[in-house]
Amino acid sequence: MSMKASTRQVDGVTIVDLSGRITLGEGSVILRDTIKDLLSKGQKKILLNLGDVSYIDSSGIGELVSAFTSVRNQGGELKLLHLTKKVHDLLQITKLYTVFDVKDDEAGAIAAFATR
Amino acid sequence: MAAPQRVSYRMESTLDSVNKAEAMADQIAAQAGLDEDTRSGVSMAVREGMINAILHGNNYAPDKRVNLTFEQTPGEMIVTITDEGHGFIPDEVPDPLAPENLLKTSGRGIFLMRAFMDEVRFRKAEPGTEITLIKRLPEK
Repeated sequence: MSMKASTRQVDGVTIVDLSGRITLGEGSVILRDTIKDLLSKGQKKILLNLGDVSYIDSSGIGELVSAFTSVRNQGGELKLLHLTKKVHDLLQITKLYTVFDVKDDEAGAIAAFATR
Repeated sequence: MAAPQRVSYRMESTLDSVNKAEAMADQIAAQAGLDEDTRSGVSMAVREGMINAILHGNNYAPDKRVNLTFEQTPGEMIVTITDEGHGFIPDEVPDPLAPENLLKTSGRGIFLMRAFMDEVRFRKAEPGTEITLIKRLPEK
């Protein structure tokens, strides 16, 4: 299943709804380009909804890390929402689960972004 | 006792080969009786091994191939992936769990192979590198 990304705005936060596989190739590129586009528009409060992401490989993990640092370097915040068990377990074993701010409820995630 | 089953493929250095290898690994792991979670780990390890071979080993070179072999013995599923690149020294790959490496965007492939397989072996091939991934099978 190829990756799809769509964005929506809620209370000043950009929610990126991702579905499919974030893997080497198309999936990773779509995520990278989406983040780059959002940052270029000054949208720095980004919530990645991974509820429909069925699979991620090491390249996909790398893109999540890249997204996190890119947003942070521009003074923004990036959080993750609705991890599937597979993605959750991968972030756990790679010790990235505590690096990211992971949420399981959209309203709570939106409220957690700093208000500036 | 059933004779070991072995099948080999010679694959192009493309992402399509990575996807095919992953799918074959999942199918063979299922036939070997592995549960869904374990199969998922095995197919991920094979995927990561193939990515290493085509990307880091062969650099997507159209004239370089990856040899992929699946073997099943009564007690093990063995996957061998051999590239035709310059080779590398596995011990020199930085630990992705070290604090200074956590935010690096690459370098987790070997770690993931080791996380999901019971044994991972590296051998210098001439040319390239041979990775052997071994998963012990449940007793029937």
